[in-house]
Amino acid sequence: MTETDLVIIGAGPAGMAAARQAADAGLSVVLLDEQPGPGGQIYRDITRASPTRRALLGKEYDKGTSLAEGLQHPDITHISGAVVWQIEGDAQVAYTANGVGALVTGKRLLIATGALERPMPVPGWTLPGVMTAGAAQILLKQSGLVVENAVLAGAGPLLYLVAAQMCRAGTPPLALVETQAASDRLSALRHGAGALRGWRYLLKGLGLLRELRRAGVKRYTGADDIAIEGSTHAEALRFSVKGRTHRLPCDTVLLHHGVVPNTQVARGLGVPHRWHAGQGAFCPERNDWGGTPVDGVFIAGDGAGIGGAEAAANAGRLSALEIARQLATLTLAERDAAAKPLRRRLRRDLAARPFLDRAYPPYAGALSPADDTIVCRCEEVTAGDIRGMARLGCRGPSQAKAFGRQGMGPCQGRYCGLTVTGLLAAETGQSPDQTGYYRIRPPFKPVTLQELADIAPDQLTRGD
Amino acid sequence: MQRLDDPAALVQVRFDGTTLELAEGGNLAAELLAVGVAAFRRTPVSGAPRGPFCMMGACFDCLVEIDGVVRQACMTEVRDGIEISRPSAGAEVSND
Repeated sequence: MTETDLVIIGAGPAGMAAARQAADAGLSVVLLDEQPGPGGQIYRDITRASPTRRALLGKEYDKGTSLAEGLQHPDITHISGAVVWQIEGDAQVAYTANGVGALVTGKRLLIATGALERPMPVPGWTLPGVMTAGAAQILLKQSGLVVENAVLAGAGPLLYLVAAQMCRAGTPPLALVETQAASDRLSALRHGAGALRGWRYLLKGLGLLRELRRAGVKRYTGADDIAIEGSTHAEALRFSVKGRTHRLPCDTVLLHHGVVPNTQVARGLGVPHRWHAGQGAFCPERNDWGGTPVDGVFIAGDGAGIGGAEAAANAGRLSALEIARQLATLTLAERDAAAKPLRRRLRRDLAARPFLDRAYPPYAGALSPADDTIVCRCEEVTAGDIRGMARLGCRGPSQAKAFGRQGMGPCQGRYCGLTVTGLLAAETGQSPDQTGYYRIRPPFKPVTLQELADIAPDQLTRGD
Repeated sequence: MQRLDDPAALVQVRFDGTTLELAEGGNLAAELLAVGVAAFRRTPVSGAPRGPFCMMGACFDCLVEIDGVVRQACMTEVRDGIEISRPSAGAEVSND
């Protein structure tokens, strides 16, 4: 078993920045991450991406280079291809890497597991050929592959970015179908806080939209009644604008209406979560340093609330400073001096969030899908099934599980949890906080008996 | 799928009884999509076809059986000679 000061889960911007800050402050760090290289999703494959790919992905992607280089430090052990499946008290983390189960024990734990795409249950969203917009970006970053004959549907700036990157690759999408109305952006701009930062985002968005116009990408806004047609594969996207129905034949549909914190590991450790109305998601309870009510457990980055890559990196650094203070390699004064500029930058980066949340609200049709739409992809449970469970008296997701198995499939609720909470809340008249979320338990990812047996010797020496 | 870079060295894998040539060391889900594999498995509940959805190890829709163990294709690297089959749980598997 490996012992270290700090165990970090996730090598995205928050995890990478925290690892370096902690090592610079004199701590030993073990950084566990599922991917073959550092970067998380936003900087996926940053250390290996070809010049062609980098040119397409642009300056924002390049920012990941220095974070990844920062991992070159004698006190940082980055274990790639590591899938974490269980965590016990005192940051004892069980994971599998290269097919072998292993344990690492830290004095502190930092969860930096980032975001997931907000589930977007629409008719046909389970068909092959339907992916998240993030998935298309990952195909581009990691494999240099661009999807062809694609339609993008949903809301949010990521749609523009993905579409623009496809144009630069010479394979523009067929169309951009947006669910938000122009009025959403206008009301967002009247939203004082962050509107100025918001303008900058808006300008960036306008630049991307210009790229799309030049490439001849058709754009629809205010779309509703989104459905994907096809029997064994996506064949067309159907939607309506102001009551008029459109049908776009295509081979690929990319869905996106924002990202939400990936709370799986934090919930598994018993960190309390609260509904964040502005973000339309649950966020973990934490203090200014990312510390949670669970002893020794910190959370930084989008997993704590969506703030984007730069905010994530600085939040990771702040957590690392406080952890170093707790483990006495930094004094209080040193911690605060180092934290000051980071906090300023963090505040600046977070200022635009309320604007973005208002300008690109989630697609209402996917928050409250029609009765026959599948909401749990794994167990093929529909929105109507969930509403029926509420009428039978189910007050929360964990109780409802027993009636329909939603949340009990291999994804463990990652792509149905928020939808199920929303449906139950609407049907029972409770708030999302009252309704709650699935109870998450380890293993967080599937584990073989052999991998479980691999850690037995370590467990025995601990006398567990 | 359009490929931006020259592909890496190709290796042979077996998928559902067919020999495929994929880029060595590549992401298995991406490389299968690139050679035209759309349905990676069928669901145990209704037998509906499924393919990669999230590409980040969260949705479990790209599950395949590799050398006898069910794995997420998007979390697996292409290696020479791997034997891939569609998971056999549940519904009848047909060759599309």
